[in-house]
Amino acid sequence: MTPATIGTGRYVGQALDRVDGASKVRGRARYTGETPLANTAYAVAVQSTIALGYVEAIDTSATERAPGVLDVITWENAPRLKPLPEGSPVRSGQSHLVLQDNRVLYYGQYLALVVAEELEQAEHAATLLRIRYAAEQPAVSLETSLSEAVVPRAVLLINPPPVDSSRGNPAAALEGAPVRLDLTYTTPVETHNPMEPHATVATWDGDTLVLFETTQWVMGARTMVAAHLGLPIDKVRVVSPFVGGGFGAKGVPWPHMTLAAIATGRVGRPVKLVLSRQQMFGQTGHRPATFQRLSLGADRNGNLIALTHDTVSDTSRFDDFVEAAGQATRVAYKCPNLSTSHRIVRVDVNTPSPMRGPGEASGSFAVESTMDELAYAVGLDPLELRLRNYAETDEDTGKPFSSKALRECYVQAAERFGWARRPRQPRSMRDGHILVGWGMATAIFPVKLSPASARIQLYPDGTAIAASATHELGTGTYTVLAQVAADALGLPLDRMRLVLGDTILPNAPSSAGSQTAASVGSAVLLAAREARQKVLELAVVDPQSPCFGLDPSQVTIEAGYLVAIQDPARREPWERPLQREPRFNDRTPLEVSARWTPPDRAERNWSGWSFGAHFCEVRIDEDLGEIRVSRWTGGFAGGRILNAKTAHSQIMGGIVWGIGQALHEHTVYDPRTGIIVNDDLADYHLPVNADVPTIEAFFIDELDTLINPLGVKGLGEIGISGSAAAIANAVYHATGVRIRDLPITLDKVLSPT
Amino acid sequence: MVPLRYSRATHVGGAIETVSLDPNAKFLGGGTNLIDLLKLGVEQSSTLVDVTRILPQAIERQPTGGLRLGAGARNAVVAQHPIVREHYPVLSQALLAGASPQLRNMATVGGNLLQRTRCAYFTDVARACNKREPGSGCDALTGFNRMHAILGASEHCIATHPSDMGVALAALDATIHVKGPGGSRAIAISDFHRLPGRTPDIETVLARDELIIAIDLPPPSPRERQRYTKVRDRASYAFALVSVAALVVLAEDGTIRSARLALGGVAHKPWRAIIAEQRLLGAPPTSAAFEHAAAAELVAARVHAHNGFKVALAKRTIVRALSMATGEAA
Repeated sequence: MTPATIGTGRYVGQALDRVDGASKVRGRARYTGETPLANTAYAVAVQSTIALGYVEAIDTSATERAPGVLDVITWENAPRLKPLPEGSPVRSGQSHLVLQDNRVLYYGQYLALVVAEELEQAEHAATLLRIRYAAEQPAVSLETSLSEAVVPRAVLLINPPPVDSSRGNPAAALEGAPVRLDLTYTTPVETHNPMEPHATVATWDGDTLVLFETTQWVMGARTMVAAHLGLPIDKVRVVSPFVGGGFGAKGVPWPHMTLAAIATGRVGRPVKLVLSRQQMFGQTGHRPATFQRLSLGADRNGNLIALTHDTVSDTSRFDDFVEAAGQATRVAYKCPNLSTSHRIVRVDVNTPSPMRGPGEASGSFAVESTMDELAYAVGLDPLELRLRNYAETDEDTGKPFSSKALRECYVQAAERFGWARRPRQPRSMRDGHILVGWGMATAIFPVKLSPASARIQLYPDGTAIAASATHELGTGTYTVLAQVAADALGLPLDRMRLVLGDTILPNAPSSAGSQTAASVGSAVLLAAREARQKVLELAVVDPQSPCFGLDPSQVTIEAGYLVAIQDPARREPWERPLQREPRFNDRTPLEVSARWTPPDRAERNWSGWSFGAHFCEVRIDEDLGEIRVSRWTGGFAGGRILNAKTAHSQIMGGIVWGIGQALHEHTVYDPRTGIIVNDDLADYHLPVNADVPTIEAFFIDELDTLINPLGVKGLGEIGISGSAAAIANAVYHATGVRIRDLPITLDKVLSPT
Repeated sequence: MVPLRYSRATHVGGAIETVSLDPNAKFLGGGTNLIDLLKLGVEQSSTLVDVTRILPQAIERQPTGGLRLGAGARNAVVAQHPIVREHYPVLSQALLAGASPQLRNMATVGGNLLQRTRCAYFTDVARACNKREPGSGCDALTGFNRMHAILGASEHCIATHPSDMGVALAALDATIHVKGPGGSRAIAISDFHRLPGRTPDIETVLARDELIIAIDLPPPSPRERQRYTKVRDRASYAFALVSVAALVVLAEDGTIRSARLALGGVAHKPWRAIIAEQRLLGAPPTSAAFEHAAAAELVAARVHAHNGFKVALAKRTIVRALSMATGEAA
């Protein structure tokens, strides 16, 4: 089955409601914190109130005497943990191990865990802990530590790109360029803030440690905890059937899991540990701040001659996390002389983590703003400038794109938005005291692919189960995988059941990097095809089947019926051959497992990227500076669209994230003490409904026969790429004020008195 | 959170007596602020005395022509009340500009007046804060102070009062009726909240065992035009960077006969802009006159590392609110 034919199924591509939608709305979908285990004890983590120094003493006596307290765990009585082995393919959120010594390396570091009969008792007892510190002066600001930037040891990402790149001779080309821009952009620390808090419910089942955990990576979580506690990997099970948003915060496992695992062993009961909103700031990852320098050279017609993009981002003292802001820059436009570099500054914060559109969200703000500045410098329409510099191939690798319908995205989105009516000059549209501006930007995100496995089980009662250790993050994984499996098997959707999020299931990668639909979807497709073939083979040797005696290639399954292709009257319900075969019963189904492995990067003769084009309108109060996004149109090319409804939701979510990145989000550290000042949702602003206009998003059909058997490129992150720049460009068009430092708060656009 | 007792008062006298006798007891209204602060350890209490069922909730016209708001009336109800909408639109606008629908459904008008600052150094018990712990210092002075006060602050505290409703009440010259063990008294809103001075922990003139019973609004002046303008970082569910309640009466000749003006987001209390009001008397309702008055009010502004923009913003918000109240184009 080629990608051209999978789409002829009944379900793939349709705008179907989520198969788990009703259970979520009714509260029946069970999230980690709701795991009901008898005799559960409750744990509360106590955190450092300083950012750097030592714990001189922890007085646990009052805590231990408090009502209901079962255990108080500090570095003094915690077990010694083993790090993940060197070279492990699994990365934890932070290499720093929890409760191993009295050193404090970042604000909010866990210093104790209090376990009690009831949550309220644990919370109260936690307040009775007396901790004496010897505080040291921390450094948390990227900006004031830039002189300490160093080359990172590695880029910790899926399919990591090289740290630096260069083609042509950028320095010389910049020297000779008729038009030259040298610009600096900054982006602040941001915090993921999924709606569902991080949580672990830990228990022992015989000799197996079972962890109910809200995670984007059950397999990685299992490996980390097993390594830390010195357990064989098959004696740890991680279960995560529903995740209430992850955005990368749950893409790598964090130490609260280890704390809960330690606690359940010590108290001999199930232990539930749910982080508070405040605790999720700093303890479960952040998008690092970036300082980005761009130098751009062009001819007077706007053709790029040279581009250099140098990024510095923050990381912890113990891990080299890199915000790969320059990765997409290498591919975005036609440019013969181009270099990118990534440097890091180690400061006294916890390790950053990938956050929706890691690298691209930060980098696209700088690159797409720079392109806008170039458009004004050479007097071109920003869209025309991008079309002139359209990259027909990936000039970084020299390989052709597996598919690239970006031109169609530009043209159709511009048409729908009415871009042609845009006056070129800033401050040329107004509505009373409201300045109106239009901006656009390109979206680009790499296609990430990982090996994945899936299992199909076919039951004599006519139902089928597809299973994989992948995850439902709110993205629609249950739904799109059911669509793929149902179409490949030829079954009605209501016969399909999906089982996800458990390490006892076939191996799957982290649900990060927009890779789940493409990678796990391909594995499900392979397994389902093979399972279908087995049914056909059973039928043709079954004398009681109307298809008996035919070659399997002459038989198909359609809408749940086995059908002879040449003589459709020869048909029976698809499960009949299974019912007649004594090997199969409701406990022993026909079972097929398959693994899909993407071709090695070096062996690929193509380069895979998703694309899109954003067009937006902002309205800015000329006197008061208030900025509101009032209109949005975006066109996207992400290969095959499995479900038009969930795909649209993914894009909307990405754009809303872009609005937050552009206008609101900023994790603020106190400049002197290194504490996080705005660690709740009242002070850490995300867009609310009133900040989000109607978002018109559409897809350009791409038939990508190279990327994977499904032809899927992934949509989880492409929506945020470029969206902050589109807003910044619209702000410039409205006001004539170019803001190069996110977020664009009203004080930055207030005209001088 | 420290364990505490919850009790539901059956009558006002009993509630006051309970709080009067137990120095660690507190009145509980809608709980939208107090419960958060108890969880954070910022507030402590042995007993919460829930007064939401015994406080008057009625919104009633008074014989004098004014309006009485029962202290237990929910913010959402007041905001939508027909008399409030018709005769005190500035109050309705202010209430609807605050918080979220869920919070407005819970919050009471009495509690709203007593809500505490959202200064991050106040709500984090590990920080120095003279308001929370007198004498400990003020970490906001040298910390992140973008939201902080520019008027009437002291070296001991630069926190702001977060209420929108209180700003409208200050402009409306509301009167707060309270009851305590020694009887009842009435307090003008301008006297109700205090500036921080050396004692930022003392935020109002209310004794701890006095309970707000009702808020009176003077009779509306039929020719008074009202407007609440709030500037914030996002379109909803955000505290004011600056807000302005403006009430203006124009004379026959078109000049300003009276102006009542209060500012939010700039001070430790809803800030009655008396200097600006005086400058506006007899002036024409023009942008130039508004700017002149606003500038005069902000002469006293003192800024810190991150809140300097509030001075210009406050001036412009005053101009905007006055322009909209008087119908002048901005």
